[in-house]
Amino acid sequence: MRKISAVDIARNVAEMCCEANYILNKDITSSLEKSLEAEESQVGREVLKQLLMNAEIAKNEEIPICQDTGFALVFLELGQEAVVVGGDLEEAVNKGVKEGYLHGHLRKSIVEDPLKRVNTDSNTPAVIHYEIVPGDRLKITVAPKGGGSENMSALKMLKPAEGEEGIINFVVETVNNAGSNPCPPLIIGVGIGGNFERSAFLAKKALLRPLAKPHHNLFYGDLEKKILEQVNNLGIGPQGFGGGVTALAVHVEVYSTHIACLPVAVNINCHASRHVERIL
Amino acid sequence: MSERIITLPLKDEEISSLKSGEKLRLSGILYTARDAAHKRLVDTIKRGEELPVHLKGQVIYYVGPTPAPPGKVIGSAGPTTSSRMDVYTVHLLKAGLKGMIGKGSRSLEVREALKEFKAVYLAAVGGAGALLSQKIVSAKVVAYEDLGPEAIRKLEVQDFPVVVINDIYGSDLYEEGKNRYKKNIKNP
Repeated sequence: MRKISAVDIARNVAEMCCEANYILNKDITSSLEKSLEAEESQVGREVLKQLLMNAEIAKNEEIPICQDTGFALVFLELGQEAVVVGGDLEEAVNKGVKEGYLHGHLRKSIVEDPLKRVNTDSNTPAVIHYEIVPGDRLKITVAPKGGGSENMSALKMLKPAEGEEGIINFVVETVNNAGSNPCPPLIIGVGIGGNFERSAFLAKKALLRPLAKPHHNLFYGDLEKKILEQVNNLGIGPQGFGGGVTALAVHVEVYSTHIACLPVAVNINCHASRHVERIL
Repeated sequence: MSERIITLPLKDEEISSLKSGEKLRLSGILYTARDAAHKRLVDTIKRGEELPVHLKGQVIYYVGPTPAPPGKVIGSAGPTTSSRMDVYTVHLLKAGLKGMIGKGSRSLEVREALKEFKAVYLAAVGGAGALLSQKIVSAKVVAYEDLGPEAIRKLEVQDFPVVVINDIYGSDLYEEGKNRYKKNIKNP
């Protein structure tokens, strides 16, 4: 068994929290630049310019892209031939989050109890998803996610008869209801199939895919295109001020489902889809 | 599109001249408050007690900034979603609040109250917190320090960029912008 140290995990998670919050990934800046050419609304173009300038300032000054530095979402893919030594895996991740948010001057946005609402002052606990995979490595993905766009997300158990059209309608309706709230231009994760919670997980995972990389299956790649076109026809535009760029991308992920079910989850992200990957 | 230069606090005649869609650059004092601070402010009003800050004539910015890194006044400081403050807003307008800065649309109740109390709702660009932080020249916690990022701060801003969403005449930039650019909508 290959040994992976809990101390190393914590240190890496801390660095990744900062990196994710300071640096907007290249695929997103490229997509914003492209959208700037496509956007017909003048005020919309100005918003896109501000977002590009913002990314430059954040990177150079090492301050967060957005003040909502998010719920620390951590995906762990642990090889079945690896073992974590020198501490508890969950504790190591939370220690990394705490240190990263403290030393990186990131906002602590987590309240301990959803109704009593007292801030934990450490941005912990993180939301951690574990997967056991072949191999002897640990792949860590840190993806801080803001509350504003998360609040606009939705899940619906469709009837199988509603099919593709039902899915498109539900995504478009969700984006329309969200309007200006989730800070368009958006990146939209859609999870289709599985069961109730699997569809939500797929929608979240869909956000991690690089922009401009369509679904590997042509049918779903085409569905992504159709949804994106309809979403951009809504006219919401950058920040909801009106325009043609309401979303930069739609990413679909699918899983097998039950004969009675057609779950669809829509996870909305603002342009700041933050995610950093490392393999230990 | 030209930008209007506005010095805070807002004057009544200025407020009446503002139109939805106009771009402004604000200089002067803003007070920050978001969900938790709003709840406390409104509870204080309901108990008939004095507020920890004088809101009469002032503008509130819905923001919970990141901590200031060494050598900086404030961290990232963009707007948060305004609709969460809708349930508290009418109480604050009654107390004399004249403007709010946030992002996202307001309830019909708030929009009606803006007409009644002659106040405006402005938006800053959500997701541009690093850029907006550079327009803040000083920041000081003035109430509810225990709320951390949600404490009330007094900010001095210079050339802070905003857009008028709701003026006192009932216009709404979000509705107008969307209607102008929407195409072939099958639904909704």
